Amino acid sequence: MSRKLRIATTSLAGCFGCHMSLLDIDERLLALLELVEFDRSPITDIKHCGPCDIGLIEGGICNAENVHVLREFRTHCKILIAIGSCAITGGLPAQRNHLDLASCLTEVYLTEPGLAHGHIPNDPELPLPLDKVHPLHEVVKIDYFIPGCPPSGDAIWKFLTDLIAGKTPELGHGLIKYD
Amino acid sequence: MVSVPGPHATYLNPILERHGHAAASLLQILREAQEHFGYVHPDALDYLSAQLRLPRARIEGVAGFYSFICLQPHGEYRVLFSDNITDRMLGSQTLMEQMCQQLWVEPGKASEDGLVSIGATSCTGMCDQGPAMLVNGRAVTHLSHQRVQEIAHLIRNRTPLDDWPGDFFRVEDNIRRKGLLLDSTLAPGDVLRAALAPGAADIVAAITASGLRGRGGAGFPTGLKWEACRLAQGAEHYVVCNADEGEPGTFKDRVLLTSHADLVFEGMTLCALAIGARKGFLYLRGEYRYLLEPLQAVLQRRRENNLLGACILGQPGFDFDIAIHLGAGAYICGEESALIESLEGKRGVPRSRPPFPVTHGYLQQPTAVDNVEIFCQAALAIHMGADNYRAIGTPKSSGSKLISVSGDCPRPGIYEYPFGVSVREVLKDCGAANTRAVQISGPSGVCVAESEFGRKLCFEDLPTAGAFMVFDDSRDLFEVARNFVHFFAHESCGFCTPCRVGTSMLKQTMDKIAAGHGTRYDLAEIEHLDQVLQTSSHCGLGRTACNPVLHTLRHFRPAYENRLKSLDFEPAFDLDGALARARQMTGRDDAGAHLKPEET
Ligand SMILES: Cc1cc2nc3c(=O)[nH]c(=O)nc-3n(C[C@H](O)[C@H](O)[C@H](O)COP(=O)(O)O)c2cc1C
Ligand code: SF4
Ligand code: SF4
Repeated sequence: MSRKLRIATTSLAGCFGCHMSLLDIDERLLALLELVEFDRSPITDIKHCGPCDIGLIEGGICNAENVHVLREFRTHCKILIAIGSCAITGGLPAQRNHLDLASCLTEVYLTEPGLAHGHIPNDPELPLPLDKVHPLHEVVKIDYFIPGCPPSGDAIWKFLTDLIAGKTPELGHGLIKYD
Repeated sequence: MVSVPGPHATYLNPILERHGHAAASLLQILREAQEHFGYVHPDALDYLSAQLRLPRARIEGVAGFYSFICLQPHGEYRVLFSDNITDRMLGSQTLMEQMCQQLWVEPGKASEDGLVSIGATSCTGMCDQGPAMLVNGRAVTHLSHQRVQEIAHLIRNRTPLDDWPGDFFRVEDNIRRKGLLLDSTLAPGDVLRAALAPGAADIVAAITASGLRGRGGAGFPTGLKWEACRLAQGAEHYVVCNADEGEPGTFKDRVLLTSHADLVFEGMTLCALAIGARKGFLYLRGEYRYLLEPLQAVLQRRRENNLLGACILGQPGFDFDIAIHLGAGAYICGEESALIESLEGKRGVPRSRPPFPVTHGYLQQPTAVDNVEIFCQAALAIHMGADNYRAIGTPKSSGSKLISVSGDCPRPGIYEYPFGVSVREVLKDCGAANTRAVQISGPSGVCVAESEFGRKLCFEDLPTAGAFMVFDDSRDLFEVARNFVHFFAHESCGFCTPCRVGTSMLKQTMDKIAAGHGTRYDLAEIEHLDQVLQTSSHCGLGRTACNPVLHTLRHFRPAYENRLKSLDFEPAFDLDGALARARQMTGRDDAGAHLKPEET
């Protein structure tokens, strides 16, 4: 292979559990670094994504900033992968979807004592929440999905090495999990 | 805490008595309990659990499976509009809105005073006289603005259903074309008398020689089925008549049970003689509840005439009787193994096959499950003689077929033809003009466009369970397919993941396209979903759920493409709209409080 592939990763409305799972490939991380270099990622602390081959995203879309980051990834990554239940279905954060956003905000900031001095934060610096949490594929086109909460390090390793080797990734028995 | 069964025991005890406290009658018991109390009360569940010695979860599981069994109060009047595409084409949606307004209720919710709830249900089998609805389980036909207004008035005044104008509940046969079946003048007992002497093996041989094939959709050779069942070992053999008739657009079994019930029961008794059964069931869909009493009267008369019961027609050892089981609003119970589960008082989930019902059916005993029409046709074939019967129709499809015609034509109703009639001929007979497409055999069947109107209804070409829905050139075939996709998503029994999830994803994709968010990518996704559904579903429902979309995509692709944004990708929802609530709550309207569409 002539050049190293560039990978970017980020966590949107997720818990970083999927990133922890990525680290669970353990010493194979070194082997991975032989094949790829990291662009924007919590591993590098690069703030914006440049042209990349692969983007890995954990977490769903819960606010306007998530949309901007996801679009940035879609613009710059040739292959975009949704990793984990939150990215694929909305997951745990989507539990709020059956509640009305306004009553959530009221409950947290106005009814309950102690927060934000009785007003709903409205600083333009803060991203606004969407009325519902959405999976990634409802906002941009997603090329691959790695299911699990989180997927195991082995599954992520198999998926990435297949992809890097130019094979259609296949997670065989034992690697696909839905919880 | 001990719950007080008091008020429930009084009405539940006689029901339990009648069913011999049998767990296998659970669904029937729940149905009757509900007819008594309006819904199945939590205390009633506890009481049934103790009396039937079944875990409460099992009872709740069964009750929750069937859409006509309610565990919560749903108003003194429960109105369900039939939601087939043919009802919609006749304006059912506007009528439902009108009724909701007049009675001050939201669809799907009971009114605050507990008077009424209004919702939708899958096709009720009144497509030739729609729009139709069920009120407390009773079918009302020919809905119009006038009729809906009158009904709202009757409900507001709490008029008992028995005092409503009888006209509202009139269900017509609408027989438009007769053939060997509908013309038959056989008297009760004629066929049985002729079949007694030759005996079981000869009956089966004659059915095989007649070339008779199933009328419920799959077209399995009836002789083969009866022979396998006859030879299967078992303490008891059973005959089951499948009158679930849930395929939207089909209503011929309703007409047979209304006007030819004797012939149906004669055929079932003939089958009993052939396979050696002493007990039979008619599984009647809940939507046809109004037929229960008339059918029971026919059964009673046949018992009195020694055509049912012990020593039928004086023949020692020829004992047979028929019980009617009512369904409770689940399309999947038309699938034969799900039907048997339902007969056994369980959730209607299809079994793994093999073993097939002919060896392991009701209570794991050999069981012949056949469509209503088959029992009539079998009786006729025996009466006419195999050769005469076989001479009708086409080489691989002998005899006649009842077709249920509905949709855009001036003469909807029942048409009987010898197999082999062309789509064009049926269209001509029912007076259809400017026809764009015909949906043959319901949503799980085939959509044919004008170029194919020369095709023939028979197992060699277009097999059909009987539905024939006509769409003229004012109709949007995308909306037709979307209605069918909603039907499958609603009726999926939920047992296997490909179908439970796949039919919902299909529904969401169609809704996304309808909302103007669709792309070419979504069309490709539909084709991908279809592969998953076809190859990995547990039963026929999942395997056919994509058909409406695939067939309309093949013939009417522009109906889809017109709705697409010509982008590779489009979000599934309005992104900026999704921030509106937060903008309102924070009072923000700055640039960061909006999401612009992406520049492409
Ligand atoms: C989802 C599904 C629904 C069905 N619904 C019906 C039905 O309503 N009526 C019917 O006779 N057969 C129905 N069938 C076919 C039955 O499983 C069975 O093949 C039929 O009752 C056998 O009778 P026949 O040999 O006369 O066709 C259905 C099948 C499937 C897969
Ligand atoms: S999928 Fe599970 S592990 Fe991954 S971000 Fe969501 S909650 Fe965390
Ligand atoms: S295919 Fe659908 S209807 Fe059939 S068993 Fe699976 S979930 Fe139930």
